[in-house]
Amino acid sequence: MSANFFEIKNFSCGYPSFHLSDISLSLTRGAFAGIIGPNGSGKTTLFRGVTGALSTLSGEVLLEGKNLKNLSLQKRAQNIAIVTQTVDAGQITVEDYVLMGRLPYHSRFQFFETKSDLEIARKYMELTGVIRHKDKLMTELSGGEQQRAAIARALTQEPELLLLDEPTSHLDITHQVRILNLLQRLNDELGLTVLMVIHDLNLAAEYCNQLIMFQEGKIFLQGDPDKVLTFETIEEVYKTPVITRINPYSNKPVIFLVSEKMMRNR
Amino acid sequence: MELEIWNLKNNPKYLTWLLAVAGLGVLLLFSMVVSLTLGEMNIGLLDALKMIVGSGDPTSIEYMLVRQVRLPRIILGLAVGGSLSLAGVILQGIYRNPLVEPFTLGISGGASLGVAITIVFGLHLTFGSFVLPLSGFLGAFLIIFLVYTISSRSGAIDIQRMLLTGVMVSFVASSAMMFLMSVSTSENLHGIIFWIMGSLDEPDTSLIWLTLISSLVVLLLSYLFVQALNALRLGEEKALHLGINTNVAVRILFILASLLAGICVSVAGVIGFVGLIIPHLLRMVFGSDYRILLVSSFLLGGSFLILSDVVARTIIAPNELPIGVITGIIGGVVFIVMMSRKKTLV
Repeated sequence: MSANFFEIKNFSCGYPSFHLSDISLSLTRGAFAGIIGPNGSGKTTLFRGVTGALSTLSGEVLLEGKNLKNLSLQKRAQNIAIVTQTVDAGQITVEDYVLMGRLPYHSRFQFFETKSDLEIARKYMELTGVIRHKDKLMTELSGGEQQRAAIARALTQEPELLLLDEPTSHLDITHQVRILNLLQRLNDELGLTVLMVIHDLNLAAEYCNQLIMFQEGKIFLQGDPDKVLTFETIEEVYKTPVITRINPYSNKPVIFLVSEKMMRNR
Repeated sequence: MELEIWNLKNNPKYLTWLLAVAGLGVLLLFSMVVSLTLGEMNIGLLDALKMIVGSGDPTSIEYMLVRQVRLPRIILGLAVGGSLSLAGVILQGIYRNPLVEPFTLGISGGASLGVAITIVFGLHLTFGSFVLPLSGFLGAFLIIFLVYTISSRSGAIDIQRMLLTGVMVSFVASSAMMFLMSVSTSENLHGIIFWIMGSLDEPDTSLIWLTLISSLVVLLLSYLFVQALNALRLGEEKALHLGINTNVAVRILFILASLLAGICVSVAGVIGFVGLIIPHLLRMVFGSDYRILLVSSFLLGGSFLILSDVVARTIIAPNELPIGVITGIIGGVVFIVMMSRKKTLV
């Protein structure tokens, strides 16, 4: 039963010039999965397909065995929350922004947030450490703080599955690790299932227990990080020479890049 | 009920909103009183109120002035000012662009064109003066229809495309308008210009009531989509992530707001700036939450236009300035002052 908590079956979606083909993957409840692959390999496109921003060409997406197509948008938003690459919330206070995560639970005639809405929003602002900024405007926050607020907003939706599109891009290593540690804690403590697109292969190896490698709109390989992140697969998919070693601390694969000059002098 | 009380106590935002709505309501009442009593002839408030309920000497000038001039103007001022601000704030919300107002989208252009055609061909002389607002509305409606259909593609509506289409259609309409003006006689020209400048002087009471009722209906209906407007602040796709299909909301809100603006323009002519300035001022004060912006825009817009009308008809009495001049000057100056003050505060 838990083997197919979230399942994508022979899925395809896309634009006239680019589309995904035959994507199949499944996550168990509580998985912490990463999608990797070069720019333009279809990672974000998959998210847009899952959320319904792009219409499905074929295949299906199932959450706990239920086809997403048959769920209302509201129900979907109660079960799946997504943090996109850019936040772009404008002149909204952090608290109001995070509270918007309760919208999927509001009926059309409910204009005001309830006590529990506010409590839930505050709980997750506390957890993500943005509560001290709650009265600031979103535009006044730094990139890392905006990303945290976006995660707080997503958590306020109280989803079963959290999708994140490059949550660590544009952040320094401190904030990268903080965000990923936070996600790991949520995954451990709340049992939240996480699926994120991530560019940094070392971070992907360190934090994810399942990796899905994309190449040109298809899944090239998926499985455990040490199976997916070998120098052969990386060189084939990224067309870049790398060396892989094992992190002596975590026993996870570590990837080193090699410059052109070093390759020549070898 | 317990829920609402809790909210007021623990969420100061709601208390601010409640006070704001009450304050704006008082302002509206104040502007009504001013408009009723002040003018070329000052009338005591009690006397004026008596005349409204029907007592008093029906043959006196004061009675005529209150019942046939001032009261209709107050009602129309509330309806048109409220509607234009409401339409402005809604359109700014769906386009995520604070510079949009009903007139950016060619609604006034279409209405003016309709009226200009009527005047040039003398249709209002043959069929009666009701043809003027009717043709104005038809012109506005035609433009709305064009903008809407051109920017709808295969079931989905492209918001950015809609804005550009609106601006372009507006240019075409104003060029056509200028062409008509360049070939019309000076008497017709005067009629067209007089109409374009806008005024709250409307002899037909049923049109006044129609405008008021439409504005209230749109205000109520817009609240059905207020959460969609709020979610749209993040963009269409992120609204979708929050479970809100903005496509339907955008279509309905566009139609409601532009029809309302079309009605206003055809009844009162082109009264600029209200739809732009009022929502802006309120955004500076309350932020971008549409739950408060919709109703406060309506109230402040109504008060603003009623007061502008008082200025327009008293400042060079017994003559009257076009109300658009007043809204432009007062609104623009207040806006600039607010902007510069805000900068020094932050």
